[in-house]
Amino acid sequence: MSEVNMELQQEVERQQMEVDIACVGFGPAMGGFLTTLTREMAAHPEDPALESKAVPGMPLQVLCYERADDIASGVSGVVTAGKAIRASFPAIAEAGIPMMVPVTQEKIVYLLDPIGASRRSTILRVGDTVLRSLLGPLRVEHDAFELPYTPGFLEKHGGMVMSIGQFNQWVGAELMTSGLAQVWPGTPVSTALFDGKSVKGVRLADQGVDKAGNPEAGLMAGMDVRAALTVVGDGPVGAVGQSITRNFGMPNGNAQHEWAVGMKMVVELPEDTPLEAGTVWHTFGFPEPEIFGFLYVHPDRLASVGIFVPSWLGNPGRTSYRYLQHFMQHPYLWRNLNGGTMRSWGAKSLAESGANGEPFLAGDGYARIGEGSGSTNMLTGSGVDEAWATGVQLAEGVVELLRAGKAFTQANLEASYVRRRRESPVERGAQAAKEARNGFHQGIVRGLIGMGLAGLTNGKLSLRAKIPAAYKQIGGLKKFYSRLKPGQLEAAKQQAASGARPLHDALMNACGWPEIAYDGKLLVTQQDALLMGGKVQAAAGFADHVIFRDHALCAACEERTCIAMCSGQAITQGDSTVPAFDREKCIHCGACLWNCTQSADGEHSNIEFRAGAGGLHSAEN
Amino acid sequence: MANTFHIVVCASTVPDPLQTLEPVTGASGPGLKNEMMLPAVLDPWAASALYEAANLAAAHPGSKLYLVSLGPKAKTQQVMMTVAQKVPFELVAVDGPLGGFTDAHSTALALAETIAAIPGLDREHMLLFGGWESASRGAGATMQIVGERLGITDQFQGVDQIKVNDDGSFEILERIEGGRHQVSVCVGAPAVLGWATGSLPEPRNSPQVGMANMRGIMPALQKAKSVKLDANGLSYVSVSLPKQQRVTRVVRDVPDDEIAREIVQWIAE
Repeated sequence: MSEVNMELQQEVERQQMEVDIACVGFGPAMGGFLTTLTREMAAHPEDPALESKAVPGMPLQVLCYERADDIASGVSGVVTAGKAIRASFPAIAEAGIPMMVPVTQEKIVYLLDPIGASRRSTILRVGDTVLRSLLGPLRVEHDAFELPYTPGFLEKHGGMVMSIGQFNQWVGAELMTSGLAQVWPGTPVSTALFDGKSVKGVRLADQGVDKAGNPEAGLMAGMDVRAALTVVGDGPVGAVGQSITRNFGMPNGNAQHEWAVGMKMVVELPEDTPLEAGTVWHTFGFPEPEIFGFLYVHPDRLASVGIFVPSWLGNPGRTSYRYLQHFMQHPYLWRNLNGGTMRSWGAKSLAESGANGEPFLAGDGYARIGEGSGSTNMLTGSGVDEAWATGVQLAEGVVELLRAGKAFTQANLEASYVRRRRESPVERGAQAAKEARNGFHQGIVRGLIGMGLAGLTNGKLSLRAKIPAAYKQIGGLKKFYSRLKPGQLEAAKQQAASGARPLHDALMNACGWPEIAYDGKLLVTQQDALLMGGKVQAAAGFADHVIFRDHALCAACEERTCIAMCSGQAITQGDSTVPAFDREKCIHCGACLWNCTQSADGEHSNIEFRAGAGGLHSAEN
Repeated sequence: MANTFHIVVCASTVPDPLQTLEPVTGASGPGLKNEMMLPAVLDPWAASALYEAANLAAAHPGSKLYLVSLGPKAKTQQVMMTVAQKVPFELVAVDGPLGGFTDAHSTALALAETIAAIPGLDREHMLLFGGWESASRGAGATMQIVGERLGITDQFQGVDQIKVNDDGSFEILERIEGGRHQVSVCVGAPAVLGWATGSLPEPRNSPQVGMANMRGIMPALQKAKSVKLDANGLSYVSVSLPKQQRVTRVVRDVPDDEIAREIVQWIAE
């Protein structure tokens, strides 16, 4: 077993601090929570209900801890309907937030395979042939078929294209100007503090420890921050959310089994680009049929381009980075991207189970908001606005409880926050979307039918499916690469073993994917993307946050999907039977957590993703 | 008292150098695109001065450390959430414009007046710290002018080290040509030290230090005096930023020596 300590084994004196509300993770959900709460505090400065109990005579003491080195360091182009955000900021369009623009046109595009390397089923190949035979306005151009209409459930008209990094930056500045909430970046939180069935605050990560978590000179044991309410908004792979789920379990029947990595670039388009700001393309079909893609055009000739690689793409050699490069070179996109320059790059894990992955939203002393609380709508493919809404709902519930003089118990939070959420469009959308993606586990065609069924009937009809744990969704090498010629698989494995080329790279070549012709601007090596697209921040003195639990399982692992899917190439073959982890390359996408084929307990993978400081600081947010 | 100091560190916020910075010319002259929206950090040169100052103050009990920061209040506040976790200090905020292209004389005047007005500041025992250069105010003259306006004649620029002697004098290493240092001995405060990079690493974030600092930071921001910097008739002919030079070539089975030789050749070109 791994010898890395979860926490210091020896008894150490930890500093303690009392606050009223301790928050973890500064994203859209926390932005919604803190904006709503501090506005209420600012509007009613004399309200005794909003006075601190931790520091009498002061306003509520509200602290938010964020592991990244800044509150706006992630690359994150999104398109959102933005209804909840605009309810909070009716004049947001005039706020001058960079990279924000109303959606002007929207297309859904099926990308055919111009290379012949994509893993397409017979039925899909027949469909492709039929499409290529079409004439007139429905004809295939640039190896792509533009759907004649956008289903209503996918439409974002009236919404906006924006950058979450820029949005967070703006929200954070507004918040801090109020002086009523403190947001502390560069401060990872290792776990919630538990007292029986209650959460009593959070414990900050230890500093002054070695890679394995053992004390070194300058040890600074993480402080215990005690709070009447802990607000958990640290996303789908956050350490505090994980610790609460580990302790309290999940509601009966719920599980977080479906995931995706979203990897994207901010690209400066060529000077003569015909693409107008506000253009939104959603794609599917290439580089693999299961991979969805997008292109959102921001103002000033910037575009966010990226793909989502889902857990149900069972390919054990799946690799987001190389797939992204092939995606960008698809003729439909490349005619617009060729000549462009990468400005920024990044990736993150997305919880794709939606309502099926919803944990307990509230308990004694805690509440969960945002993506980690299962708020993402998997039918409409939107999560930012929903996350913001859940934060607003919690803040309204908290103020209601404070004014009523009620404690933050599970029952009270259920009656205030959870009730609001259940009565809101977030819940209605989540329920409609709950089974929308069921079919994808049996193939892309069945998946699209299932999604269409759910979308067009508002969730009344859907396909049934039992979704296996993420680690079980990854196929074996022999099965998945059965189309290779005899000896090709072994040759790829030998290349990987000799260190000549990572296994996934060799396998993609064997499948017919061409080598990437690096141009130094847009097509660059993965390490160049890491350096040109941002800078990884990895403050010294913290323990490694990626842990290989059972080394024997790693030694027996043939697929090594963790290496293939590591967004920053932080996990590599290494010199031992256990993969090597380099914290200074880790962008904290969390993909390793669910891209592991091994499990000791039948539910969780063999990789643990803990609290860590820093991550990728993108060059353009 | 001989070996206690009142250390004043001048340190403003600058756009995060990890971001893509793009010069633009607006109605009021040159600036950076979306500068107010760009994430900001403490000027890296001045940050070195702050860490050195904190180290010095800790080594000489009874010393005081002030951080004087000129910039938009909202930006200062945001940057303080990170900086405040590093070392203990007392913030003196000045609400002013973004730092990109302001006149060094106007900036120095505003800073000097602010420093002179700090209640309880012992100017006889003052060490004025700042960045030798700036990631923002690149004229490299600001600290010198601040010192002159405060009547401090002992000035050192490009400082990498200060060592205080028992008699209150101190030995200073200043950078000079050829990667060497000039050693000077100053009889004592007051003095201006424009820091190069120093030798201390960036301190770890300490939530405890952050919370202690925050008690003074919010009132300081609320009290921040607003200043308008005079351009003094400055005009800019052109503005540019350093360009990153990057060439990628994927090679396999090339000896280390050969790679090194190619890199040296590329740099020489």
